Amino acid sequence: MPQEIVPEEQYIAGSRLERILRAGRFAVTAELNPPDSADPQEVYDAALVLSRVCDAINATDASGANCHMSSVAICALLTRAGYEPVMQVSCRDRNRIAVQGDVLGGAAMGVKNLLCLTGDDVSAGDQPESKRVFDLDSIHLLRTVKIMRDQGQYLSGRKINHPPRLFLGAAINPFVQPYEWRPLRLAKKIEAGANFIQTQYCFDLSRFRTFMKRVRDLGIDQKVCILVGVGPLRSDRAAEFMRTKIPGVVIPDEIVDRLRKAPKEKKQEVGKQICVEVIQQVREIKGVAGIHVMAYRQEELVAEIIEEAGLLPRPRQPKAPDEDPFRPDRKWKRKSSD
Amino acid sequence: MSLGSWLRDRPHFLEIVYKAAENFVTRLDPLISWIGYDRVERLITPPEEIAKEIVFDCRMCGQCILHSTGMTCPMTCPKHIRNGPCGGVRGNGHCEVKPEMRCVWVEAYERSLHMPIYGTEMTQLQPPVNKSLRGRAAWITMLTGEDKEVPAGWEGISELTILDADHTCWFSSQEE
Ligand code: SF4
Repeated sequence: MPQEIVPEEQYIAGSRLERILRAGRFAVTAELNPPDSADPQEVYDAALVLSRVCDAINATDASGANCHMSSVAICALLTRAGYEPVMQVSCRDRNRIAVQGDVLGGAAMGVKNLLCLTGDDVSAGDQPESKRVFDLDSIHLLRTVKIMRDQGQYLSGRKINHPPRLFLGAAINPFVQPYEWRPLRLAKKIEAGANFIQTQYCFDLSRFRTFMKRVRDLGIDQKVCILVGVGPLRSDRAAEFMRTKIPGVVIPDEIVDRLRKAPKEKKQEVGKQICVEVIQQVREIKGVAGIHVMAYRQEELVAEIIEEAGLLPRPRQPKAPDEDPFRPDRKWKRKSSD
Repeated sequence: MSLGSWLRDRPHFLEIVYKAAENFVTRLDPLISWIGYDRVERLITPPEEIAKEIVFDCRMCGQCILHSTGMTCPMTCPKHIRNGPCGGVRGNGHCEVKPEMRCVWVEAYERSLHMPIYGTEMTQLQPPVNKSLRGRAAWITMLTGEDKEVPAGWEGISELTILDADHTCWFSSQEE
């Protein structure tokens, strides 16, 4: 992130995540496992645990092409309770008309961070017979939201009365082919509008170091905040499953071996330890601005991991006066007829 | 090996052919416009479709960017990504969606390295696809300029401006 001092009113979105990154603090975000439920309490239970240890909570958009509570709805619940969400939007299920509407809706409910994804293919999920949309790709989506935010217009050029203020994020995966192209694709994403990045699970540190070196050589680490994706592995079987079944996850053999050698009751502990080590190592890499914790079905570990990595307490950010979307002084425009 | 894949593995040859064809078609433009674009389009759509289908597995999106994507059709990517690849590429370089197929964008990148004329166009930001051009002959939409029309908001976006000029060429980083 550029370190020059910018007056607050010129912040991109003024989100807590943006403030922390601008302050040069090491940021922590975490993924909320979306419930298969219509009960808001499940979202709040998960958020309560995460909010104590991270700066922003990612609300996933049917990741892995499995149906869950929608990201817009989770964000609505979270902002209502004063949490800071990162709303994920994928291009798999909605065309450009729907996506732009959701962006406005999310921003109206107080969302200030938006992560733009192409999305996992429908074949990865439990309903592979669905129609895939992919009207836009992630770079189109990033740019579309940037146009909405900075130019105050839809992609079509039609005017937006009150443009959304959003801190824009994108995902990258430096761990899969074509490796030499990945830094340039990151450059494309920054050009398209990315302000922050959340990466795929990082287990292959040597690959990541090579990637970051190239990123620094290109000078683009100065133009974006990179949060490295990390997460605990429950066992060697879980690791094996993830690297064969989840697209884009790379786990080196040494890590799987280490888990295999651990006694059964210690496996989860070792998995957590590996995660903490990864965090400590990526922290040392120049150009890394934070981490993004994805602990699928192991939420209880997130707090421990962040604590053991020495990342607590999280910085308290003063609430900006405009941070409450439902602030009472807000003057809703009403038609004179009603 | 099919004729198509044999040809696709000769990207430099293909880009030369493309360049020549583009010159040729552009020169014919006055004639084509005199005959009428739609008439000519009706005539050339079937042969264009067959030829590009054989060589590139073309999907007739009507706004051909083959030369900017390593002479590899981006519409053959199951996610229709125009600025690829996605993050799901498998360890062996194959596609997340179709395990038996190599990722279109891995191929596009590799081929672009052998394309001195258009290779660096891989870094361009490709605009969203205009779905209403589907099925049209791309040579004609090129002449009429329809393939370059972008949504009003997108106007003026194409090159990477955040990198210095010498960085947009990644050929040099290859030798290291
Ligand atoms: S792996 Fe490659 S071909 Fe497959 S969906 Fe992703 S970008 Fe497209």
